[in-house]
Amino acid sequence: MPDVLRDPERRVQPVYLDYAATTPVDPRVARRMLPYMTQIFGNPASRSHAYGWAADEAVELAREQVASLVNADPREIVWTSGATESNNLALKGAAHFYRSRGNRLVTLATEHKAVLDTMRELERKGFEVTVLPVRPNGLVDLAAFEAALEPGTVLASVMFVNNETGVVQDIAALGALCRARGVLLHVDAAQAAGKVPIDLDTLPVDLMSLSAHKVYGPKGIGALYVRRRPRVHIEAQMHGGGHERGMRSGTLPTHQIVGMGEAFWLARESMRADNERIRAQRDRLWAGLQTIDAVELNGELAHAAPHYLNVSFRYVEGESLLMGMKDIAVSSGSACTSASLEPSYVLRAMGRDDELAHSSIRFSLGRFTTDAEIDFAIAQAARVVGRLRRMSPLWDMAQAGVDFHSIQWAGH
Amino acid sequence: MAYSDAVLDHYENPRNVGAFGKDDEAVGTGMVGAPACGDVMRLQIRVNSEGVIEDARFKTYGCGSAIASSSLVTEWVKGKTLDEAMTIRNTQIAEALALPPVKIHCSILAEDAIKAAVADFRSRRREAGAGSLTTEQPACASGTGGVR
Repeated sequence: MPDVLRDPERRVQPVYLDYAATTPVDPRVARRMLPYMTQIFGNPASRSHAYGWAADEAVELAREQVASLVNADPREIVWTSGATESNNLALKGAAHFYRSRGNRLVTLATEHKAVLDTMRELERKGFEVTVLPVRPNGLVDLAAFEAALEPGTVLASVMFVNNETGVVQDIAALGALCRARGVLLHVDAAQAAGKVPIDLDTLPVDLMSLSAHKVYGPKGIGALYVRRRPRVHIEAQMHGGGHERGMRSGTLPTHQIVGMGEAFWLARESMRADNERIRAQRDRLWAGLQTIDAVELNGELAHAAPHYLNVSFRYVEGESLLMGMKDIAVSSGSACTSASLEPSYVLRAMGRDDELAHSSIRFSLGRFTTDAEIDFAIAQAARVVGRLRRMSPLWDMAQAGVDFHSIQWAGH
Repeated sequence: MAYSDAVLDHYENPRNVGAFGKDDEAVGTGMVGAPACGDVMRLQIRVNSEGVIEDARFKTYGCGSAIASSSLVTEWVKGKTLDEAMTIRNTQIAEALALPPVKIHCSILAEDAIKAAVADFRSRRREAGAGSLTTEQPACASGTGGVR
């Protein structure tokens, strides 16, 4: 935050409530990683000496650790550079491999750009992509999803937990619909792993993207789950050496993989306790924010993972809110905070009008969030919202009972 | 997003926030932007009998750069005649606030707000009563017409 850098007196970093964007590496994970950079640094593919063997051993242990969080077979885990690459690999890899089955793909309007942009690219290459709308609560309608699985549909991609709202899709039901029609299901679980229980033994999911840096692991490493029973095939997108059973070539970054393994292992241990505490903190945050006038929740708490709170503060704009809450790190769905100057497409897909999207703030909680930080966030939000509302012509209109939706604006 | 010191200053210490009395005959009001675009500025000018702007008020719904642009404009119009105020250009605003390219449109909106306020004042004078202001700009939402 510019303020911290600008003011040398200020030693304190802002309170971090942006865990959905990324997480700090857990100190225990960082400690585990270090020896693999300086001491056990061998190339895991070097089969002829102890440096390689030691690195390979660590990689395979990490593979088991990752598999254990999602109840998969270690042989079903393919290392990638992150969930974005996993999404690309899953979608492009499966769409091309199963081209003879058809060329239709299905996804949701609320997916991450890594999925939507990849789908758009596949569309350019001749695939037909259906992007389904969602209901106001963010969930896809099961009947609509089923109807979209027309003959010739090869693959559907649905995110487990949404990164902006925390909405959790009914993957079990969607998977069953896909199975019944011979359609592969890819699930982007970047936000989900470590937050909600995932059991790939029972979930009818064929491909799943995983990310380390959303669950206290390092950035730059992820994995793609590729089901073995029944066998799922993908065409490699990275060639050169045939690593990862030919699915993803490239020297494996041992230290990164060790970090992801350890992070997933810790998540398995602490998920339940973390979630209980985070749920209480989220409820506390929401209760506190609700004391502010004209505040609306985006999404329903019942359908969202407890780590997320996406709130619109009516009549004030998101970027100015962020600027005022300079001691808190959060995100906004406002256009001004995006490179494209478009407001959050996820909120728009949920039927929230543009003004609500511009006024939205996403708070996301994590393992190291404290109650004091929650209280601080509430106080800051109340103060900044109050100040900005006193400066807002829309607030004036609302106070005067004018519905600005009925006004014809000059625009700009 | 790095903010210039000038923008931060106007954000932390906005000048002339508020509104003039609703029935003040010497006031012109310009309202530009749209909630759907994430930017709405209301600029009011109080003009004396010599046609000089003696006071100004603003309220803005928008990002830090939008708030700063409109706050700056209330300072700049004071003491100017209506014609002089109409010569204020967005490029001057953008330069004074060191706005990055992606925020230039905030300065354009502020320039438009001045024009709208002056137009409103003049039309009120002409019609000696309630006037409507029209500003024609490409809309990000829809339509022309405005609100006082």
